Amino acid sequence: MTSNAYVQLALYLTLLGLLAWPLGRYLADVMAGRSRVVTGPLGGIERACYRLAGIDAEQEMDWKRYALAVLLFSLIGTLFTYALQRAQGWLPLNPQGFGAVSPDSAFNTAVSFVANTNWQGYAGESTMSHLTQMLALAVQNFLSAATGIAVVYALIRGLARHGAATVGNFWVDLTRATLYVLLPLSLLLAVLLVGQGVIQNFDADRSAQTVTTVHYPQARLDAHGTPLRDAAGQVLTDTLSTRSQVLSQGPVASQEAIKMLGTNGGGFFNANSAHPYENPTPLSNLMQMLAILLIPAALCFAFGREVGDIRQGWAILAAMALLFVVFALAAIWAEQQGNPTWGALGVDQAAATWQAGGNMEGKETRFGIVASALFATITTAASCGAVNAMHDSFTALGGLVPMWLMQLGEVVFGGVGSGLYGMLVFALLAVFIAGLMIGRTPEYLGKKIEAFDIKMVALVILATPTLVLAGTALALLVEPGRAGILNPGGHGFSEVLYALSSAANNNGSAFAGLSANTPFYNVLLGLAMWFGRFAVIVPVLAIAGSLAAKPRLAVTAGTLPTHGPLFVLLLIGAVVLVGALTYVPALALGPVAEHLALRES
Amino acid sequence: MKLIRPALVLFTALTLVTGVAYPLAVTGIGQALFPQQANGSLIVRDGKLIGSRLIGQSFTDPRYVWGRPSATGPMPYNGGASGGSNLGPGNPALKQAVEARIAALRAADPGNARPVPVELVTASGSGLDPHLSPAAAQWQAERVARLRGISTARVRALIAAHTEGPQWGLFGEARVNVLALNLALDAAR
Repeated sequence: MTSNAYVQLALYLTLLGLLAWPLGRYLADVMAGRSRVVTGPLGGIERACYRLAGIDAEQEMDWKRYALAVLLFSLIGTLFTYALQRAQGWLPLNPQGFGAVSPDSAFNTAVSFVANTNWQGYAGESTMSHLTQMLALAVQNFLSAATGIAVVYALIRGLARHGAATVGNFWVDLTRATLYVLLPLSLLLAVLLVGQGVIQNFDADRSAQTVTTVHYPQARLDAHGTPLRDAAGQVLTDTLSTRSQVLSQGPVASQEAIKMLGTNGGGFFNANSAHPYENPTPLSNLMQMLAILLIPAALCFAFGREVGDIRQGWAILAAMALLFVVFALAAIWAEQQGNPTWGALGVDQAAATWQAGGNMEGKETRFGIVASALFATITTAASCGAVNAMHDSFTALGGLVPMWLMQLGEVVFGGVGSGLYGMLVFALLAVFIAGLMIGRTPEYLGKKIEAFDIKMVALVILATPTLVLAGTALALLVEPGRAGILNPGGHGFSEVLYALSSAANNNGSAFAGLSANTPFYNVLLGLAMWFGRFAVIVPVLAIAGSLAAKPRLAVTAGTLPTHGPLFVLLLIGAVVLVGALTYVPALALGPVAEHLALRES
Repeated sequence: MKLIRPALVLFTALTLVTGVAYPLAVTGIGQALFPQQANGSLIVRDGKLIGSRLIGQSFTDPRYVWGRPSATGPMPYNGGASGGSNLGPGNPALKQAVEARIAALRAADPGNARPVPVELVTASGSGLDPHLSPAAAQWQAERVARLRGISTARVRALIAAHTEGPQWGLFGEARVNVLALNLALDAAR
């Protein structure tokens, strides 16, 4: 482990805290409509939207109506995104002349972007027109993130209010989160990213004449398109040569900014944030890493303010940060170890001033080991799923870190909104377990946690593991599922487990060797993403409604304080225990078995 | 039923704001403030587009410094199909690829018995990595100098001149832009 790792990690967390604190205050103010911004020019847009849509901003909704509004709005987004992909061949802003996306891929992508997952079965630069990228995909980057903020705000109101029948107005929450939070932050970040070299134009791809001629083999095919082989079974190839290189263009920076800030993660290009046009410098990389966790961290402070006790927000944030540091250090350590089979081949993997060393397969030189492993931890702690290195080529233990972080439910900071509502559900579980241990009715923030609430908590906590484990089992049982696997052995199992974990937890990163752009995976993962998102959101809103109606109990000597170190440990315990009990058997078959096999060889 | 109008109208309005106004605003500001970057950091020589500072090119001629191996298809460094190999750490195909790359490096420079820097035998994540670690560039200095008939010191100095440290001394890694270095080598003849 190099000192560089500790320095970069410490700097990252410090900067994150310094940015999240003021944003938390701003968030609390605009969501409540207190801020001066709401009366400014953006406020004019907000009020115009309400007038056109016939929305009474003062009229609040009960939790059922709120949930119905979320589902309806998400359904409209899904249908629109699907339709635009199918029709892009006839529409403008398509300089590459791409045709319609296949029905299964378009379904998968539409659900993926609406569910804030941004799993990408397709390769961006060779599938989607500029119009589809900006009018469908980038829009859902905003709206799915705003939906997450809205839902967590409903839950926060449930905790903050007492004896109330309503949890807020979804239209107002959605509009404010989009106009006042996501839009200005994205605009700022996008311009900063362009300054670093992220492209932003509407041009067609360019063709450059390279310095030297590139020779490359191409398999010789018969009339049916199958490769021809010689007598020894080797594929016959022809050598082709070219001196032209395609340079893909497009409105990348605008999409890149919201991809990070909204914890979406869907790249403009196939290589995502490893692509130099998406993430050209270490500084752009730092901005992107900060952007991923910025709003999730700020929401913890906003939560503390709304419930009238900032220490409650600090306690949640402390639990998240402690878990995060442990996972980040584990990932960096594992990747810095390098590949155990390469030393004997005469490969220099030692870290030094002039090289990063370690396992550099699938990683970019400018990021090296530390910035790649840190990015992998951040993107899976959140529900982002952007990658700046190929997770499939991580060491066995280095790949276990992002996989397990997703499986914990992405509550370590987590997605925009979804991270905090997930963690608050774990907080309810933690006080419930504590209540059982000391034989008292559990309470959280003065709210008695009763049978209905804990049933909903159980639904939330069981929904995604069911999707992940049953989905993985199904994929491995049938031929179309097994056919997609690239790597042999335990690693191949990990590819499938990772895909389902990513989809059901709405992450979107991949062990990308898996060929997932097939009807089987597009449908399976599409369903996992939809239910992974909305089978959680509906019970969370039910909890919000139930808590809002309850009276607030006075604090007594028997109340478990939920702002101290004891509660932080209890919360971490609940998260890790549920995550470990659910997933250790599956992880043992995948990354753990692979690690042991690698050490043996 | 009363939800449908707000949902449709709000969806349309927010789509126009975030899907049309926002990307146009970023394009306008980006093109005005950073035109070179916004258009791809292109390198033009004698009116001809020869590449981008940010997109690597494939070099297999031993007179040039070689960059990272690239896993893009069908040709390496295909800017229209970015991506990594996605080979797992224990995949025999990865070991074979690493062995083949070591063999090619050794064949081009039989006198160099030092261990091979890891970046020269591992494919990058994008397949378009424009950089190489200074260690991996310096490892090739003697070969390039010999085949070009210039002094090793000259090549090493050029590599050093093209070496950037970690950004702000803190973030990321030290690196050499391979295309820029090779263009400088050609100019040094």
